[in-house]
Amino acid sequence: MKNIIILWLAILSLVLLPAWAAAETVPLKDRLYDNYGLDLAGFAETRWGGRLVDDSQEKDLSLGEARLQLDLSRDFDTFIVEFKGDLLADAVMEEVTGDVRDLSIFFSPTDSMDVKMGRMVSTWGTGDLLFINDMFPKDWQSFFIGRDDEYLKQASNVIRTGIFIKDYSLDLVYTPLFQGSEYIMGERLSYFNPAAGAIVGRDMIMEDSAPNRYFSDAEIAGRLSSRFGGVEAALYGYSGFWQEPAGMDADNGKASYPRLNVWGASARTPLFGGIGNVEAGYYDSIHDENGANPMVKPSEVRFMAGFERELARELTAGFQYYLEVIDNYDNYTGTVPEGMAARDEYRQMLSLRLTKLLMNQNLTLSLFVYYSPSDEDGYVRPKISYKITDNWLLDGGFNLFWGEEEYTFWGMFQNNTNGFAGLRYSF
Amino acid sequence: MKRTTVLLCMLLLMASSPIAAAGQPDQPDVEEIVNKANLAAYYSANDGRAEVTMTVTDSQGRERIREFVILRLDVEDGGQQFFYVYFKKPSDVRKMVFMVHKHVTRDDDRWVYLPALDLVKRIAASDKRTSFVGTNFLYEDVSGRNLSEDSHELVETTDKFYVVKSTPRDVNGVEFSSYTLNIDKENFLPMKAVYLDKNGKEYRIVEALKVKEFDGIPTVTVSKVTDLAAGSSTLSEMKSIKYDIGLKEKIFTERYLRRPPRAVRR
Repeated sequence: MKNIIILWLAILSLVLLPAWAAAETVPLKDRLYDNYGLDLAGFAETRWGGRLVDDSQEKDLSLGEARLQLDLSRDFDTFIVEFKGDLLADAVMEEVTGDVRDLSIFFSPTDSMDVKMGRMVSTWGTGDLLFINDMFPKDWQSFFIGRDDEYLKQASNVIRTGIFIKDYSLDLVYTPLFQGSEYIMGERLSYFNPAAGAIVGRDMIMEDSAPNRYFSDAEIAGRLSSRFGGVEAALYGYSGFWQEPAGMDADNGKASYPRLNVWGASARTPLFGGIGNVEAGYYDSIHDENGANPMVKPSEVRFMAGFERELARELTAGFQYYLEVIDNYDNYTGTVPEGMAARDEYRQMLSLRLTKLLMNQNLTLSLFVYYSPSDEDGYVRPKISYKITDNWLLDGGFNLFWGEEEYTFWGMFQNNTNGFAGLRYSF
Repeated sequence: MKRTTVLLCMLLLMASSPIAAAGQPDQPDVEEIVNKANLAAYYSANDGRAEVTMTVTDSQGRERIREFVILRLDVEDGGQQFFYVYFKKPSDVRKMVFMVHKHVTRDDDRWVYLPALDLVKRIAASDKRTSFVGTNFLYEDVSGRNLSEDSHELVETTDKFYVVKSTPRDVNGVEFSSYTLNIDKENFLPMKAVYLDKNGKEYRIVEALKVKEFDGIPTVTVSKVTDLAAGSSTLSEMKSIKYDIGLKEKIFTERYLRRPPRAVRR
């Protein structure tokens, strides 16, 4: 009870604080900028969502929170310091937490080199909500419960270096300690547990043992890119770990993050009045023993091709095809215990995005659909957002999961189908 | 060659094209007029920078503000050029970057950078007659309309203006049937464009409200687009206008999408 009161006080203050700051005669923002050269921005929002299907494993409330984000930066001319942090009062987890989304310093030691170090969000690759060579931490849980798209990407502690020679760019991202993606482990969203043979939730939260030694459990990701006429091409390499649990630690029975190297390439170009892209990668699961190791996810080839274009004024459509092929499939099937369903050798997925802008681009209707013909499952995300004014934004939508089986990629989330709505004040 | 305004991007539309209407002996032919107007409005100096505030007023009088810094570099006068737009307001698009490589012979290349996701997205440039960030300005108003897309006719020469009527060669894909442009006889800046819809009715006006000289280059500093049909309008005001600041081509690459160059930071 006491927790709930503290939580509500926190929510209230998060919402009122920016309103107070904005109401001052000389706004705080202007004073910070004029006196200290500090650039301040941010937002306060409240966001709620509920399950639309019964799930005895989880709460009916899928999302209930107030969030305050502050973004402070200072440009020192030769270097830039940035901070962006969130304070979150979460009624579902009944806790107040902080999340640093950016705390970094940027500088250019030479004319052809950029360095950014600290905590930040990193993204590359050509897919739309499909990632092959982007091995940076993600948070699909936030996405699936209806938080802003921004939270699909997690910040991580890295040193990012860009070297630019003639028309070529080489980007290197070094992560001294593996972080991994936020995955669905039952705490908030239910999932399929192979050992239990069923969809489980809060009564069977997945435990993992993540790599935790600085420098020896580091990750390094690289990209070499260039443009040839209208075509953007890139080569990628990654050495680190599977981003989500992809194995079992034989010592303690916990989920583990086995070693992984990824090699890939991508291209993106204007095509038929739109933008076309292809991307591929080989996921080399180093300890999979050519697929014969039952404790480690087997190596895979991943491929995607996409095309996006405007169909009519303010209406854009994007279509993607995605394929995952298990390497040494026969070895893998030999490791699957009797009675457990083996994965298909080929997993195919299609995605469709439709975006329509209305009312001078203040109203956005969007639809994102994933559909896998091979798994017979899918995920549909319709969303509406309306900019009431330059400061106020109202949005809402649904996360609809569907699957013929309980153990497939989207099918296992079928009890998490939910609706959500949020109201945000930006300053 | 280089003279006149920059930025202009936002400025007025103009268009022109190689259809020469035979003019009277003492005045330039229409092709020359529209070419000069194109250069005056979109190709001033080699490069330019401006801080722009656009105020959108809807039919009910509600205002929305867009504030950004724009950089422009010409590769060739009347030809390829690069634009870099760095948003400051409203806060939901703060630090967002929009970049265009404008081509005359093929579709433009466009990118947008979304800082919250560190995402560089390439966007299709098929329809240039869509709204520029929710204002009454269209992409084509910002970066210029290809002269060869219209046929041009000099309909009148007044004391101050050449009056040119432009008719699209391909009426599909544009929402107007023609537009009439008043081009200043002295500096060739397009001062007013009136668009007729497919029924021949006036529905859209783009006008230059204030012209000032910077480094000897006449520049439209205040312009306005009025949508008569929707009852809304957008006022564009430019300040801190600078020409020939020595922008390099490399600024208009992915590297500088992810980290804004000093030229836009201040």
